[in-house]
Amino acid sequence: MSVRQNNIVKNIDWFTVAIYFLLVIAGWFCIYGAVYHFEDASFWDFSFRYGKQLMWIGCSAVIAFMLLMLDSRVYTVFAYPIYVALLLLLLVTIFVAPEIKGSRSWLVLGPISLQPAEFAKTATCLAVAKMMSTYGFKVTRLGDFLKVFLIIIVPFAMIILQNETGSALVYGSLLLVLYRKGLPGIYLMLLFFLVVIFIVSIRFGEVPILAAYPDESYGLFLVMLITLVVQCGFLLIFQKDRKIPLHMALFDAGVLAISYLIYKLFHVDFKFTYVGYGVILANFIYLIVVSFQKFMYKYFWIGLFAIISVGISSMSDMAFDKLKPHQQTRIRVTLGMENDPQKAGYNVNQSKIAIGSGGVTGKGFLNGTQTKLKYVPEQDTDFIFCTVGEEHGFVGSFVVMILFLVLMLRLVFLAERQRSLFSQIYGYCVAAIIFFHVSVNIGMVIGLTPVIGIPLPFFSYGGSSLWGFTILLFIFLRLDASRTESFGSL
Amino acid sequence: MLNDEFGNRRFIIGGLMILVVLIYIIRLFDLQILDNTYQDKADSNAFLKKIEFPARGLIKDRNGEILVFNKPAYDVMMVVREMKDFDTLTFCKLLNITPMNFTERTKEMHRRKGYSPYTPQPFMTQLSAEDYGILQEQLFRFPGISLQKRTLRDYNYHNAALLLGSIGEVNKKMIDADPDFYIQGDYAGQNGIEQTYEKYLRGEKGMEIFLRDAHGRVQGRYENGDYDVASRPGKDLTLSIDINLQAYGEKLMQNKVGSIAAIDPSTGEILALVSSPTYDPSLLVGRKRSMNYAKLLNDPLLPLYDRPMMACYPPGSTFKTANALILQQEKIIREYTAFPCHSGYHVGSFTVGCHAHFSPLNLIQSVQHSCNAYYCAGFRAMMDHPKYKGISNSFEVWKKHVVSLGFGYKLGADVPNEKRGFIPNSKYYDQIYGENRWKSLMIVSNSIGQGEILATPLQIANLAAIIANRGYYYVPHLVKDIEGQQLDSLYRTKKVSTIDSIYFIPVIEGMELVMSSGTGYASRIDSIAVCGKTGTAQNPHGEDHSLFMAFAPKNDPKIAICVVVENSGFGATWAAPIATLMMEKYLKGYIPRRRLWMEDRILNANLLPKKHVSETK
Repeated sequence: MSVRQNNIVKNIDWFTVAIYFLLVIAGWFCIYGAVYHFEDASFWDFSFRYGKQLMWIGCSAVIAFMLLMLDSRVYTVFAYPIYVALLLLLLVTIFVAPEIKGSRSWLVLGPISLQPAEFAKTATCLAVAKMMSTYGFKVTRLGDFLKVFLIIIVPFAMIILQNETGSALVYGSLLLVLYRKGLPGIYLMLLFFLVVIFIVSIRFGEVPILAAYPDESYGLFLVMLITLVVQCGFLLIFQKDRKIPLHMALFDAGVLAISYLIYKLFHVDFKFTYVGYGVILANFIYLIVVSFQKFMYKYFWIGLFAIISVGISSMSDMAFDKLKPHQQTRIRVTLGMENDPQKAGYNVNQSKIAIGSGGVTGKGFLNGTQTKLKYVPEQDTDFIFCTVGEEHGFVGSFVVMILFLVLMLRLVFLAERQRSLFSQIYGYCVAAIIFFHVSVNIGMVIGLTPVIGIPLPFFSYGGSSLWGFTILLFIFLRLDASRTESFGSL
Repeated sequence: MLNDEFGNRRFIIGGLMILVVLIYIIRLFDLQILDNTYQDKADSNAFLKKIEFPARGLIKDRNGEILVFNKPAYDVMMVVREMKDFDTLTFCKLLNITPMNFTERTKEMHRRKGYSPYTPQPFMTQLSAEDYGILQEQLFRFPGISLQKRTLRDYNYHNAALLLGSIGEVNKKMIDADPDFYIQGDYAGQNGIEQTYEKYLRGEKGMEIFLRDAHGRVQGRYENGDYDVASRPGKDLTLSIDINLQAYGEKLMQNKVGSIAAIDPSTGEILALVSSPTYDPSLLVGRKRSMNYAKLLNDPLLPLYDRPMMACYPPGSTFKTANALILQQEKIIREYTAFPCHSGYHVGSFTVGCHAHFSPLNLIQSVQHSCNAYYCAGFRAMMDHPKYKGISNSFEVWKKHVVSLGFGYKLGADVPNEKRGFIPNSKYYDQIYGENRWKSLMIVSNSIGQGEILATPLQIANLAAIIANRGYYYVPHLVKDIEGQQLDSLYRTKKVSTIDSIYFIPVIEGMELVMSSGTGYASRIDSIAVCGKTGTAQNPHGEDHSLFMAFAPKNDPKIAICVVVENSGFGATWAAPIATLMMEKYLKGYIPRRRLWMEDRILNANLLPKKHVSETK
């Protein structure tokens, strides 16, 4: 027993632990800076958030220690039970939780409030790892895919019901894990393409091409152009065929150029989207013919792809309208379609001011005016990165960004060195979730992504969030510590 | 290690992470380092800068009489966000405005650049002390209203309006020129002394910096007030003007259009600078400023036109003194040189008329009798003199002398809008007549101060000062002393003309004879040797302008003066008595009984044109 203990201490990846502590400590100082009021001072005052956060950090250390002490097999064996228990907790939360700022995600137990969604991430990761490490599991097989999809979608749906869209979207990051284990890249590309279509359609949806037809959308036409290019790209990549895409490209460009010239030289107004419809339809018919000639379905699918993408584009307006008004405005603010710093754009505008005013080296610890004087909303939770930017400037932000990058790459590295499939998949889950949180959270404060209320790992104030990430990370570190012995157990 | 076929995807995933972090770092670089606007935005967010306005410097006359001082006025400031349960009706009653006016003002306030509902915005400016008292008592009833103290100008004398200038709200151009000091709504000198010496008079603004949170609440002083700056009052100015002389001059000039410029020749200090018609400087103070300003602007007699500095007249016979000096300096004539005059100067059919006097006459006599023929002949002798090798050269030499006597360019007085007058050069005539196509006869009227040349009354007064000094002058200026500051070296440096002092003697003799037995005899002063020269500027638009230039006493000059009365005929009739009354007043302090009838005649004269024709060029 004592030998094994020694092994664990020796095998723990202290590098990751060190980064973890650096981030947590840096986060605490930022919270102190964000909450700090010019008059009062004490570090240890538990009535203030930095005092409480210190308590959460202490508890996290205890939790981390306990997690490391447990046998690594506990996590594999209890993966499903933990998952089911958390699902039940999420379900209960929907009904018992009081409504706080429009969401029902907090379980109030006396003086302590917990957010089960923060812990459900770990449970889901365990379940996903367990499922995907089953012998013979193949993500490309539809049945297996649906199983793992189900594991992900159930907590996702429950959190949506709690009205915590941001936390729910985190589960989307697990697609990266599926990709790592064999999900064809084309699906991720299509997903990415879907997002692009959506953004382009929304962004340019209200811009007319010609003044003569105000209801004709420039967005749709742009989507058509992008689609045509991607279609030729697909043919090049997947069919290794040069002749057909070349013919198509020449045809597409020719038709578009001629119609443009007609408009320009003869001043004939017509709907450009109609030309686009025509070109796409012509391509489709051509590809059908080709697929019959060559007896290859792929040509048909690639032809259909264009039709579908145009269809999605014309429906994206409807989909956009289905979003809640505040979500719509957040997207519009990010896309630069709405710019009202006093109302919808206030949060992002203020957080950009706070960060931008930091300059190269920042205003100095506790000297940030924007965060102290409450210009930045949620300055100690979701917008905590503003404090980094304002008080420590570009140097501070750069260091924090690099710390996160090193942590994520380290996790990928650790995951890759696992001998057990379970540990490897779990490790990727951890990396993917942290990646999602970091990119969405920081992207939001610097105005690159829409405002989605999710915390910055290890930085943001809050017991649930800190504990959630601590558990998520240290389970993996425990698994990693016994990577040599797990060979026999599987 | 697990071996699997998708192992390479670790690099794609890792690459994705690196890509995102890289994009974010670039974005951060852009926000924090490349884009500088965020610092200002942050400051305007968090800092509430309360400006403490300094007291503007006082303006005194040469004897220490306070001419311009400050009186408090109050701006009503409004923080819209704090205006809860606001009793608009009572508020309007206290300010004596209608509720409609209230709505108008708030609307205008919203439109203003830099409007914020969280900070004090000017709602109404320049409340008088009485109105302030009434509002101050009731202020507790109006949340969000505060009163900001400002200072307005007040005047002890109702004179010297144009030279003092006034203060008014800064315009965009002024803000752009000095963006560190001025902000919208500030006051600054708009003309006259107030404008030229703005940077001494205005003092330094003080500032208290408070920290303001997102709800507009003040959260204490920034850095415990380390960056607060106390205001420093402006510097007091002592003018060279003698306010009693100035007031007397304005009184003499009432109901006349014209100007008086009086200079102390030994220093260049301007003793009086009258522009008539004039107005009361207190008209342009406070809320009635814009209304009164518009009224003055539309007055057909142009009271806002600074005549002694800006109006350009042909100097007429007063300019003969300058020619007398130049011709001597160029050795064209000597004191004893005589020219004949047979009721004028005649060349073929060309004639410049002259008044009746004996012939021939020498230099001193030519000044005394203001003989046209003498100067025509002398001027032509110089222009056609072979030593210059052509009229272009001789004319340039002549011009050089004229310029050294203070003509043709701005003198550099410390008042904005000074005009330079006009002295042609040979190129000017080349353009009119063609190169080498002009002859001395064509430009001979320059010899008697007509023709193309133009001068301001200040320039003519300065000529009198140069003659009084026998050859040099100091740039005329209005400010004698700046508190704790040395005057600009321009006003302390002697400017020496190109004429040797010996040549001034006969001119001065002639000018003395003008007063003792010449055209200025009627205006002579007992027991003071005055040297003067009358002039009549031909005016193609109407009756001639009456000019007079003089200095006194002859051997210890204390005052040099030029008086112009527009459209009033001969210089001896109106300008000369006004000038000598001014000199007597200044030198003796009173007007003796013998001359009271003359003072009376001047005061009662109404020489305003029936239909005014302005002399602007």
